[in-house]
Amino acid sequence: MGVGEARERKNLPTVAATAGAGAGAKDGGAGWITTQLDWVVNWSRRNSLWPMPFGTACCAIEMMATAASKYDQARFGMERMSFSPRQADVLICAGRLPYKMAPVIRKIWDQMPQPKWAIAMGACASTGNIFDAYSMTQGIDTIIPVDIYIPGCPPRPEALLYGLMMLQEKIRGESVFDKALHERLRAEPPERAGKANLPPETIDEVALPFGNSTKQNRVSGLVSTAAVARPSDRQP
Amino acid sequence: MADNIYQRYQEALRALESGPQPGESPAEPRSVAGAPSHPSIVAMQERFGDAVLFWEVQAGDEHVVFIRPERNQEILRWLKEDPAQNYLYLSDVTAVDYGGGRPLQVVYQLWSQTHRRQLRVKAELPLSALEIDSAEPVWKTANWLEREVYDLFGIRFRGHPDLRRIMMPENYAEGHPLRKDFPLRGRFSRAEQTRRALTMETEAFYTPQELTFMHEADDAPAVPPGEVPVAPLAPAPGVESGGGAA
Repeated sequence: MGVGEARERKNLPTVAATAGAGAGAKDGGAGWITTQLDWVVNWSRRNSLWPMPFGTACCAIEMMATAASKYDQARFGMERMSFSPRQADVLICAGRLPYKMAPVIRKIWDQMPQPKWAIAMGACASTGNIFDAYSMTQGIDTIIPVDIYIPGCPPRPEALLYGLMMLQEKIRGESVFDKALHERLRAEPPERAGKANLPPETIDEVALPFGNSTKQNRVSGLVSTAAVARPSDRQP
Repeated sequence: MADNIYQRYQEALRALESGPQPGESPAEPRSVAGAPSHPSIVAMQERFGDAVLFWEVQAGDEHVVFIRPERNQEILRWLKEDPAQNYLYLSDVTAVDYGGGRPLQVVYQLWSQTHRRQLRVKAELPLSALEIDSAEPVWKTANWLEREVYDLFGIRFRGHPDLRRIMMPENYAEGHPLRKDFPLRGRFSRAEQTRRALTMETEAFYTPQELTFMHEADDAPAVPPGEVPVAPLAPAPGVESGGGAA
């Protein structure tokens, strides 16, 4: 096995691809030092992701199982749950997020240092699930930016591990010299702190009623006991 | 056989949709044949007469007695303090809204450890006058339970020491969510709900007393100098301060 072949296997830039490159290639591509630095930085970042657990419902039980010995997410670098947001890299929201908890998760997200990532674990954290009700946010991405959505109700520990490994793959493709990425993801002006992640019209759009909840009228407040969830509407 | 099951299923669905019928409305006084089998209801009828409206048995052995809401505190205090009743434990205070403009029911679930008996006391309030005397002077545990009923049903408890929301956010302005006339998704748009949630002052939810209590164990003084300190809770009568009885 040659050196180049080994580098390909490890996703390293080969000598041929970076021949003659210094700190920056003449043709505008990433140079050898740049890519090597990216590789080292991404390697260290993706293999030491400390999760900030934000468990609010049954998904948290699966998250605990993922951290326990049978599934053991420490194998993949999530060495321990970081119960302080200051030492955390990835926020795992496991469970539904009521509006009363929205300022809490936003504050925790604001307290986490860059670089940071977020995982919406389960249907409730991703979309609100069946809780299309007065008290529930319709997905945590209305509050904080989310990198990985894990479907399931709740997802099994394998699904959470798969999501974490997908996040590792995502980090593998990042570059510390990518200005656009930095401005889109990493730069957080202070005035963004405590604000919703999405603009109001987008929140209304993603939270449109669907299925059974189309029968609800959020502004009328009409007195009606019969029209709220007719079982026969669910009949084929 | 299959048709029969399907018909019964359809009937059950229709009954579920239409809800309680007007004839079943608890607002109408019902006469129950025979004497009540629950000793506390017998004693209540003897002592309070008209204030005890009627009683019924639900789910086999669950005795429910309906009382006039004007005299609820008097009756509940008697139920607690009379040695023959001795309902020292208030399991729950809650409320029921059957919808359709029917009155709201306030429910007190009582348990007497002395006599191994439980009793459910209900008082009905018309939607136009959702006020009832607080049970907090009788059982201290009614404090938070009545706050919950106030929060979710909008029933005001006269004489309650601290009647404010307990579950919904402090700045919640959409009404009382467990009422049948409350729309499922709330009255505001999702964007407005999100905006209000994120402008919520999470610490404003607590009173200064509660926050002081939380920090009492800290070394730092609980109240900054210059401010009026919060009066400590008075010790219960008969409790010696400073150490247990050896």
